[in-house]
Amino acid sequence: MMNKTKLSAVALFLGPSLLIIALFFFLPVITAFVMSFTDFDIYALGNLEYLRFVAFKNYSTLLSDPLFWTAIKNTFYFVMVGGPLSVAASLAAAVLLNSKFIRFKGIFRLIYFLPVVTTHVAVSIVWRYIYHPRFGLLNYLLGFIGIGPVDWLGDPNWSMPAIILLVVWKNFGYNMVIFIAGLQNIPEELYEAASIEGASAWQQFKHITIPQLAPTTLFISVITMIGYFQLFAEPYVMTQGGPLNSTLSIVLYMYQEGFRWWNIGYSTALAFMLTVIILIGTTIQFKLQKERNG
Amino acid sequence: MAKLKKYLVIALAIFFAVITFLPFLWMISASFMSTGASNTYPPKLFPEKFDFSHYEILFSRLNLTRYLLNSVIISLGATFFSLLLNSMGGYAFAKFRFAKKESLFKFLLSSMIIPGQVTMLPVFLLLKNMGMINTYWAIIVPGMASIFGIFLIRQYAYSIPDSLIEAAKMDGATELQIYLKIILPLCKPILVTLGLFTFMGTWNDFLWPLIVMTDSNMYTLPVALANLSSEHVQDTEMLMAGSVITIFPVLVVFLALQKYYIKGIMMGSVKE
Repeated sequence: MMNKTKLSAVALFLGPSLLIIALFFFLPVITAFVMSFTDFDIYALGNLEYLRFVAFKNYSTLLSDPLFWTAIKNTFYFVMVGGPLSVAASLAAAVLLNSKFIRFKGIFRLIYFLPVVTTHVAVSIVWRYIYHPRFGLLNYLLGFIGIGPVDWLGDPNWSMPAIILLVVWKNFGYNMVIFIAGLQNIPEELYEAASIEGASAWQQFKHITIPQLAPTTLFISVITMIGYFQLFAEPYVMTQGGPLNSTLSIVLYMYQEGFRWWNIGYSTALAFMLTVIILIGTTIQFKLQKERNG
Repeated sequence: MAKLKKYLVIALAIFFAVITFLPFLWMISASFMSTGASNTYPPKLFPEKFDFSHYEILFSRLNLTRYLLNSVIISLGATFFSLLLNSMGGYAFAKFRFAKKESLFKFLLSSMIIPGQVTMLPVFLLLKNMGMINTYWAIIVPGMASIFGIFLIRQYAYSIPDSLIEAAKMDGATELQIYLKIILPLCKPILVTLGLFTFMGTWNDFLWPLIVMTDSNMYTLPVALANLSSEHVQDTEMLMAGSVITIFPVLVVFLALQKYYIKGIMMGSVKE
């Protein structure tokens, strides 16, 4: 049995990091929670005497705020469509790169991965021009298969699909890397046995690959969902939430309320709504996975 | 039949690669086109002649040198402190023996579900009271330690044999000496990974610098670029040059150390 570490050493090694985390994470979480029950605004920012406790007023105002519901609707649209699309693209790319037919795998993986490490703001600006209705690359390419010019960022029906397309392009490489590792962990014998029994490639994919990857897929779905609920930079740079608020996300609305109008109490209430939504979403995904497994 | 399948798979992989790379190709090409040349129909994929003037203007008239410098200082500073604090914390969680260690660590891990946006307003007000708004510290200090960073180091430091540490103690080494002489050298690979994550994350971050840097002299590259893009919407070629400059440094760092980055993703994905 080894001795306990001296308390002074524990304090020296853990103290600094725990202090930073306490000061800049736990304390702010608690403060934000308290603030969400106050009318903290620009006047209170100048003089704290104007601060009043308002109980659940921020939350009840939120529930009757049409912009809040618009932001919820848009964010769910983005998560529900963009999330699965992104996971599917990652899986497709991983299966492709895991194929024995592909050589120079490293180069392909690198190219697929490039968008992941690039700056949100820079690629959002680049894509804003790719989406240009007249001179943009995308409409030019779509013209070849007979699809007429789409006003991607100007038409409220197309603005969210445009953002989804950009985000899927930017992110699929990340989950692809995790999927590749998952694929490599599937025993080769499973496929060999299936081949002998005459299973087609699609049947093998459906009955071996998908079930074997289930834990990986769950993990990827959860982190993708949590990340996608926090959509911000893309609509901020490309559309400022427009047109007609069609790309206003929860975090963008939170940013506007908090840092543009200094409705701090209201904005922190929004942040906690986001937390609750993420918690519920995560729980549902774990439940679904459990049911599927038996 | 097998041949057909083979070519289909290869064609698909190449098609994906082209689609993925096309926006980058266009960005780089457009940044070298003369003013207005990228706004033509049909769109051009390559410049007719190379025009470097946008890069010159960005650096000479639009203060880009300053933003580049800000980004470099902030990203390097954040990386240095995050490596120091997280490695000490992660090592302590892996090897120290003290009461409530496991439950404290579990508590930290489970709190990672809370999205960072919740803390933004209080942290902003806190930094404002500390007089740190519009200083490099406003970005560096809150990122000095992270639960993810501690987790990453802890997972790695676990594999260091206890006997090494015990032997050093027998020889009379202090905890600090053990950390500096044994733990840090052995943890080099994971330190590179964490450093890479921190550097790239800080460089690419947008929301936080946008909030704490209100003085335009303190902008980081992404904030400056976003600002430029709303003021110079028509100058496509110049914005592309700005995007190239913003992306280029992280890309170089990534290309040099990509295997460490990939390893970090893998380690992060086994925590469930």
